[in-house]
Amino acid sequence: MTSRRDFLKTTALGAVAVAGTAQVARAGTLLHKMSNDTGDPVANEIALTAIQAAKDAGASYSDARVGRYRRQFIAARERQVLGVSDSESFGIGVRALVNGAWGFAATRDVSRAGAVRAAQQAVQVARAARTVTRTPVVLAPTPAVTGSWSTPVQQDPIDIPIEDKVALLLAANEAALKIPGVRFANSGLALLREVKTLATTDGTLVTQTFVRVGPSFTVTAIGDGDFQSYTEELAPRGSGWEYITSLDMPGNAPKWAALAAEKLTARSVEVGRYDLILDPTNLWLTIHESVGHPTELDRARGYEANYAGTSFVAPPEKMIGKLKYGSRLMNIQADRTQANSLSRCAWDDEGVAAESWPLIKDGIFHDYQTVRDQAPAIASLNGVGHSHGCSFADSWDSVQFQRMPNVSLLPGEHDTTIDDIIADTVNGIVIKNRGSWSIDQQRYNFQFSGQVFYEVKKGKITGMLKDVAYQARTPDFWNSMDMIGGKRSYWLGGTFSDGKGEPGQSSSVSHGCVPARFRQVNIINTARSV
Amino acid sequence: MADTLMTRDAMQTLAKRIIAMSAADETRVNITSSTSGNTRFAGGDITTSGDSDDTVIAITSTATGRRASCTTNLTDDASLKRAVDTAERLAKLSPQDPELVPELGPQRYQDVSASNADVSNLDAAARARAVEQLITAARAPGGAMPIDPSTLFVAGFLEASGSSRCVATSKGLFAYHASTDASLSCTARTPDGTGSGYASAGGRAWTAVDPAALGRRAAQKALASRNPVAIEPGRYTVILEPRAVADFIPGLMGSLNARSADEGRSAFSKKGGGTKLGEKIADERVTLLSDPLDPDLLGQPFDSDGLPLKRVVWIENGVLKNLAYSRFWAQKKGVEPTGGGGGGFGRNPAGLKMTGGTKSVDELIAGTARGVLVTHFFYIRSLDQRTVMLTGLTRDGTFLIENGKITKSIKNFRWNDSPLLSLARLADIGKAEPIEAGLVMPSLKINDFTFSSLSDAV
Repeated sequence: MTSRRDFLKTTALGAVAVAGTAQVARAGTLLHKMSNDTGDPVANEIALTAIQAAKDAGASYSDARVGRYRRQFIAARERQVLGVSDSESFGIGVRALVNGAWGFAATRDVSRAGAVRAAQQAVQVARAARTVTRTPVVLAPTPAVTGSWSTPVQQDPIDIPIEDKVALLLAANEAALKIPGVRFANSGLALLREVKTLATTDGTLVTQTFVRVGPSFTVTAIGDGDFQSYTEELAPRGSGWEYITSLDMPGNAPKWAALAAEKLTARSVEVGRYDLILDPTNLWLTIHESVGHPTELDRARGYEANYAGTSFVAPPEKMIGKLKYGSRLMNIQADRTQANSLSRCAWDDEGVAAESWPLIKDGIFHDYQTVRDQAPAIASLNGVGHSHGCSFADSWDSVQFQRMPNVSLLPGEHDTTIDDIIADTVNGIVIKNRGSWSIDQQRYNFQFSGQVFYEVKKGKITGMLKDVAYQARTPDFWNSMDMIGGKRSYWLGGTFSDGKGEPGQSSSVSHGCVPARFRQVNIINTARSV
Repeated sequence: MADTLMTRDAMQTLAKRIIAMSAADETRVNITSSTSGNTRFAGGDITTSGDSDDTVIAITSTATGRRASCTTNLTDDASLKRAVDTAERLAKLSPQDPELVPELGPQRYQDVSASNADVSNLDAAARARAVEQLITAARAPGGAMPIDPSTLFVAGFLEASGSSRCVATSKGLFAYHASTDASLSCTARTPDGTGSGYASAGGRAWTAVDPAALGRRAAQKALASRNPVAIEPGRYTVILEPRAVADFIPGLMGSLNARSADEGRSAFSKKGGGTKLGEKIADERVTLLSDPLDPDLLGQPFDSDGLPLKRVVWIENGVLKNLAYSRFWAQKKGVEPTGGGGGGFGRNPAGLKMTGGTKSVDELIAGTARGVLVTHFFYIRSLDQRTVMLTGLTRDGTFLIENGKITKSIKNFRWNDSPLLSLARLADIGKAEPIEAGLVMPSLKINDFTFSSLSDAV
């Protein structure tokens, strides 16, 4: 592999290249500023060089992504900082389609020579894949686009002084430790800025800057031979620093810490069937696992069979417009345009414009999540023909594939709140925040826990429970949903770390939802004695 | 996979260059050079395939009792200087760290030879040939097949990667280690969607992997697991194949953190204070260890601080012998640090081995009156740290054993059980086998394993 020093030597041979050299040197500096609105001319040039080289080597289609990733992590426990780290990663990934087979190559050598080498390597890899591949890849058409887009933020989180970030976390921990019984407090911030330039041989050239923030807060209370933790559901968002300050972590920490202490004296749940009232802070993850993943077309077609699994929502011809996924109240929307959401973008990693479309309408399965090489397989069934824009790669050195857009449960027609649902319930349990989660490889059997659990008797909360988890089968569960919240009770949860693919990739995705009630769900007790 | 890894000399030169740029009291440089090639397949076609390389440099600066780090993959002088400056600036802006331990000076390391050219040479064409062999073997006719094997849906993943790593400090420490890692796994599914089988192999060398054998094994499991019947959830004797044990037992590792145990928030905390060190916590046939020099593991002989990693026996003959001590906690408790930390589901860099017995899986089956045979597990998550209670599902080949024989394919289960409590309910232990690079596990027979509900997933 050629080092940057070699690149300087090589490119000094030509005047145009010399200009490129100066810009590449500057590209590092740009990492510390917000991306400009017109895209980075150096990244544009390198990406265009790569796709031309792939074409020259025999690719029928190619795309190249130049990615610059800046990440900052701060973690604190009790009255000390555990770690402050800052990272940057810069490189190019090139994908080539040759005779209907894909190849990919990536390098951190972001020079013209490095781009050409990666492109040629991608073509070579595709030719090798062609010797096994019998079914040629067909890409759904997409219009060429040029432009740039950035996550709208008031304050770039990376630019906030580190002292302020540390002070915020230590103040939250300090406030929590004042609560009797609370012995440990952990808090953290994950702050990301990613700048991505995409060029395709279809004529697309776009640059996007993504800003994401992820706060965290966990406390542990120690009792007599027992310990209980509480993690507040602080949703990561595609937002700026203003979102972090809006959470008022120091002001809320005593309230959160008191819940950990209260769990020590909570009653262990009796197993049985209960009406389950899920707060949005818990339900978002259940949507992610039991609706988000099964409606991925690549899973339905078996592409994830060896790892993440397949889907019960298959085959497509028996599912689209036919599968009764849930009750009539269930309307699930996929959306890559939603403000403050994690998978928001203007274009996906194939240059397809972000859009919003229904996955489930009035309880009936309507459509899948798609990318360009999968969309044609169901065009005759869903009548769409184009990709829904779900292509994403988590790094310049990862190949893009189908990843989940924001998948959300739409509010009901009535202005119902969680209090209204509680008041309407005779024998139930309210669950808040995410606890443990697990679901099978076809997304039928799932088991979720939470952070706090409340017993509901005859319309009232009668006390706190612990050791609670709910087990269900996806279609049974969603068909048992008989009451949901209105617009006012909508909340946007999400995760920074949705895993899929081999080698494993991580993506960020949000899920909005309202509180909802599910009838007669199986509740288990997770406690055991040693 | 292209062989572009940084050599020891190149890493030492780069580390020195970076340390020379630093004005901090102490500086540590961790460099990882990596190159990787992978091929993914499904439905008999290669779906994605790619090669990549990277070099990541982490600079950790310490100034007046404060520490922070900056990571970059840009290796020109200007970028490195900027990273050094950032680490120093972040350190100065951080509060004093009361738990800070000084960077280490020169250490002595055992050399571990963990790189194999047969992995480095596995380019896209060689990977495609291996995939072709696997698919062909999975779909080959033979014996009395209940369905046409050429109709099997075969998916899988082959990865060949290499890395070289170094740790260098401004106090003269330098540690270097290079390793390779090859793995191949596959899942075969019957066209009616009722049968699925899995097989995998891996190691530091490509010779650990026999693509055709994996294809045949996955296909055989898929065919045998067709049309599973539901049996009642409940407590069963289980035989976990080594891959399932490898999914399950490493879930203990996070609980071995000494600090958590001392602080009263681990399964190894003792009621009333202290830890369970020295207590019998598992069946006496259970021994679990990490050892970079073990020829079956060939792990990294140092951790990210540059601390030499030695053989650590976590559980010996059922007795809890060691907990994982960071350098800070070891100093506080007056013991030797173990390095490597606890690590949750993560892997100890020195590798992990559970020693086994002499029986094959078939022999374990033959000695079982009634039980469930498990191929592997899926989606394991923690339920309760107090007992290391986990949940997960069986997958890709779950069978009922009656009177010493496999009698039928059964539907998958969700289970809720604890590796810690399971090791106390051990009924028998099979031969230990290499699972993947740095991981060796036996098959286990466990009494009263809790299957809590049925899964319709195949």
